[in-house]
Amino acid sequence: MKLDSLIPAPLRKPAKPGEGNGAKGAAPADLKTAPPERPSDAQRLGDKAKDAPADVLAWVDQRTAATGFLTGMLYRKVPKGTNWFYTLGSATLFAFIVQATTGVFLAMFYTPSTTQAYASIAHINNDVFLGAFVHGMHKWGSSVMVILIFLHMGRVFFFGAYKYPRELNWIIGVVLLILTMTMAFTGYLLPFDQRSFWASVVGININGTGPVVGPYLSDFLRAGPELGATTLSRFYAIHMLLIPGALIALIGAHLYLVVKLGTTAPPWLKADRPKIASPTSQLNGRG
Amino acid sequence: MTRRRAFTIAAQGLGGIAGAAIVLPAVGFAVAPIFHRGKERWEAVGPVSDFVEDTYRQVVFTETEGIGDAGKTTAYVRRGSKQFGEDPNAMVAVSNRCAHLGCPVRFVEAAGNFICPCHGGVYDFQGKRIGGPPVRPLDQFQARIRNGQVELGPRYSVTSQLEPVRARDPGEFTGGVWEYLYPPRPSTFPPPSG
Repeated sequence: MKLDSLIPAPLRKPAKPGEGNGAKGAAPADLKTAPPERPSDAQRLGDKAKDAPADVLAWVDQRTAATGFLTGMLYRKVPKGTNWFYTLGSATLFAFIVQATTGVFLAMFYTPSTTQAYASIAHINNDVFLGAFVHGMHKWGSSVMVILIFLHMGRVFFFGAYKYPRELNWIIGVVLLILTMTMAFTGYLLPFDQRSFWASVVGININGTGPVVGPYLSDFLRAGPELGATTLSRFYAIHMLLIPGALIALIGAHLYLVVKLGTTAPPWLKADRPKIASPTSQLNGRG
Repeated sequence: MTRRRAFTIAAQGLGGIAGAAIVLPAVGFAVAPIFHRGKERWEAVGPVSDFVEDTYRQVVFTETEGIGDAGKTTAYVRRGSKQFGEDPNAMVAVSNRCAHLGCPVRFVEAAGNFICPCHGGVYDFQGKRIGGPPVRPLDQFQARIRNGQVELGPRYSVTSQLEPVRARDPGEFTGGVWEYLYPPRPSTFPPPSG
């Protein structure tokens, strides 16, 4: 067992009675006739080094049983006719990962304060090494993510992939769409320049036009009757803590259901009918 | 009731209490600003002699403190006019916040109208809507005279008949049934009486 050589001797699974080289077991049969040829130390070291990656994986796998899950997920069967349109969901996921990564690094330089937010963004864009690039990725990437979501949604709709048994995944997808739009809305205020300030004012006022709850929703978003210092901190907290957590959890559920239920064949492919032997075919001797 | 069931209920109950102990304060923390009304704030914008009754003078003052220039707002101020049945010794301060979506309107002297650059809202000399998408007249600010200085205070909204009501956000109708569909927010100040 390659695996056993990696594990410290005291932790190894004990050999069954009558097996292995234990003191109580019988000596290997071939030992009686001729001693086995011993490989040189260098040879053994080389063999061990070659086996090391597999050994590490095996060590993890024995403790997590991850390969069974990963094999099932990565080598799952996809229907005939699967095409490039099926990659839009993965593309959206990629856009999200770009947003998450660039966002983490932007947070290292950004200051969510009404007096310093604009200056910190200017600092990122003008002074920080590759700052404009990372900020640009985040800024334009948000639009890319929204566009990809709608394309993905269109694919699912026109391919009829929202139908039984995948309705729940459609619902989760719609919640993901709403959360993504909230991300785009809250992120827009963060540079705190004239454009983002007034766009947020207008956006909050549109929220407020909902009857009965609208006015309270506006006050909740602004943390008061007017857009103020707390609004920015609030949008920042929603943008980088509250919604990303929900997004990651729901993306996990979304992917789980995709793997569990599989994907649908494109609508232009007819399902294969099982061939029914006709009386004549049997007479002709053809199956 | 078996012992097992009693313990199940007790464990779930304790879990619920522990969860509520975290969630309820957090939610309260987040929604508290809805119920909080800040301090009433008045700011002098110039001597009474600066203002006349037949046109507006533009003043800029701070409405929200702590966010620098972003917290400033613009008002158009004039004396009360007998032509509209107003007290000549009182001041009228019209907000430049469009009642459609909150863009800044400007007073166009030649036309005697307020015009919004965003979506073409038009208001007459008193701030009543006469065109475009706005849903009500322009907001006003409470105004008073102290030591010969005009001071502006909290914002309030008006109905289509210019009756004062509590401040509403842009896009929200005022008057009649709308007072219930867009209820006044606890964070706003009571309108001036009369």
